Amino acid sequence: MIDALQFEFMQNALAAGLLASVICGIMGTLVVVNRIVFLSGGIAHAAYGGIGLAFFFNWPFLLGTIGFSLFAAMLMAAISHTIKHRADTIIGVIWALGMAFGIILIDISPGYNVDLMSYLFGSILAVPRSDLFFMILVGVVMTILVVYYYKDLLAMSYDEEFARIRGVPVRTLYFGLIGMLAVTIVLVIQVVGLILVIALLTIPPFIVEKYANTLVQMMVASSLLGALLTIMGLWLSYRYNLTSGASIIMVSGIVFLISLVIDKIRLIAYK
Amino acid sequence: MPIIDIKDLEFAYDGESVLADVNLSVRQGDFMALIGPNGGGKTTLVKLILGLLTPDRGAILIDGKSPQKASHCIGYVPQNVNVNRSFPITTMDVVLMGRLNPKKRLSRNTNTHRRDALAALERLEVADYADRKIGALSGGQRQRAFIARALVGRPKLLLLDEPTASIDTKGQADFYRLLGELNKEITIVVVSHDLLVVSHYVKSVACVNKHLHYHDQAEITGEMLETMYPCTVEEICPVELVAHGLPHRVLPVHEKKSHD
Repeated sequence: MIDALQFEFMQNALAAGLLASVICGIMGTLVVVNRIVFLSGGIAHAAYGGIGLAFFFNWPFLLGTIGFSLFAAMLMAAISHTIKHRADTIIGVIWALGMAFGIILIDISPGYNVDLMSYLFGSILAVPRSDLFFMILVGVVMTILVVYYYKDLLAMSYDEEFARIRGVPVRTLYFGLIGMLAVTIVLVIQVVGLILVIALLTIPPFIVEKYANTLVQMMVASSLLGALLTIMGLWLSYRYNLTSGASIIMVSGIVFLISLVIDKIRLIAYK
Repeated sequence: MPIIDIKDLEFAYDGESVLADVNLSVRQGDFMALIGPNGGGKTTLVKLILGLLTPDRGAILIDGKSPQKASHCIGYVPQNVNVNRSFPITTMDVVLMGRLNPKKRLSRNTNTHRRDALAALERLEVADYADRKIGALSGGQRQRAFIARALVGRPKLLLLDEPTASIDTKGQADFYRLLGELNKEITIVVVSHDLLVVSHYVKSVACVNKHLHYHDQAEITGEMLETMYPCTVEEICPVELVAHGLPHRVLPVHEKKSHD
């Protein structure tokens, strides 16, 4: 691993992976405790429609994707907040439609063809320096917002009704959370791919949730665990010449299974 | 001034009337049981009192103010709080939520709040669990922590929704003794579909099933009921089965008075 780090692309890959771990550790904690994993998947996939739009109309790439993802995310947020019992179905529809829309737009765009695989699994080994600074910026803005609204977010996540009675602007906060989620997902997808984003958003927070006593602990621990899994995955991918994103996810999946087994053993030992 | 004052309240969900002609006046220091069948409008009435819903017609005043303005006068203990037992939150942080004030995000009197929260937990005899995760507590202990959360905001009214659902019968007796103790300082409203809830600490009973019928007596005899609340065919108590055979309190069946 150490000798691998003499290559600039490996340094950048590691930095991108660690930044993605921190961003996903913080957002993923909020995603998991608010039970909006499916909605996050919806945003991540529907974002492909934005990529298609950007290509078809020759818009700047980020503007098209972020704009479209925010639109899709707000739509899903509005639905999941008003008709809760139908939310999963309608999110599924938007999920599929967004993706199909993007693929067809790219089909009919002249010339260029985006590689769907690189959207799904990213190209962490080809991350330019500029993207790293952009991720740092997003991470800092997100951290400031989460710190400022921490108590409100905690109250909303734990007991939405009580939060509303205490005067927390739950609706605004919820839409704000989903909006922030859409922006971070799109940015991190560009770097590490859709599948790794979903994995980093869900696996580390789920594993650490039962050991964490506070939301902050869960955020910090998820970020650290995500970073550790990323380093292990990158090393494996370098050592055995495997796809880097998929290696990170496989390592995460194995640790996830081990944590389930440990839970089971603890439960039996407790009895 | 009554703590809850409801006049000619009407509320409908999607055009279907849930509450109609509801009038209720709860005096300070009362201990009222709000009972009625499931789907009878209890939860809707609670949400209206908390200001989470607005009435279609009529008025609600809590301590002389609109529910939205008076929401911090009410200490609310909900029925089900987050089902996720792994949720990363300590008992202390749950109680501190009762002091949450989004308008003062930057000025936080954290120490005073923590002291108050600990005092509330001590009063409910669960202070030992302050730093434990709330999900690790038993049903009864969690219930007490949620009451502490409601009390830490120094409310004038304590409103509990189906509080005994997760407590065994022995625990329920202790629980009502605790509420009786709290009632010396604070008005209490307990919502329940369980008729056993009418324990002897309860001072008045409101039966709700679309309409509301208020029994303002500790001991109710059939005669008293008939003289004070003549349940005529038009004005019959909406909850039919109020009586139960246990010794503490028996509400007689509201007999239909035949005028013919």
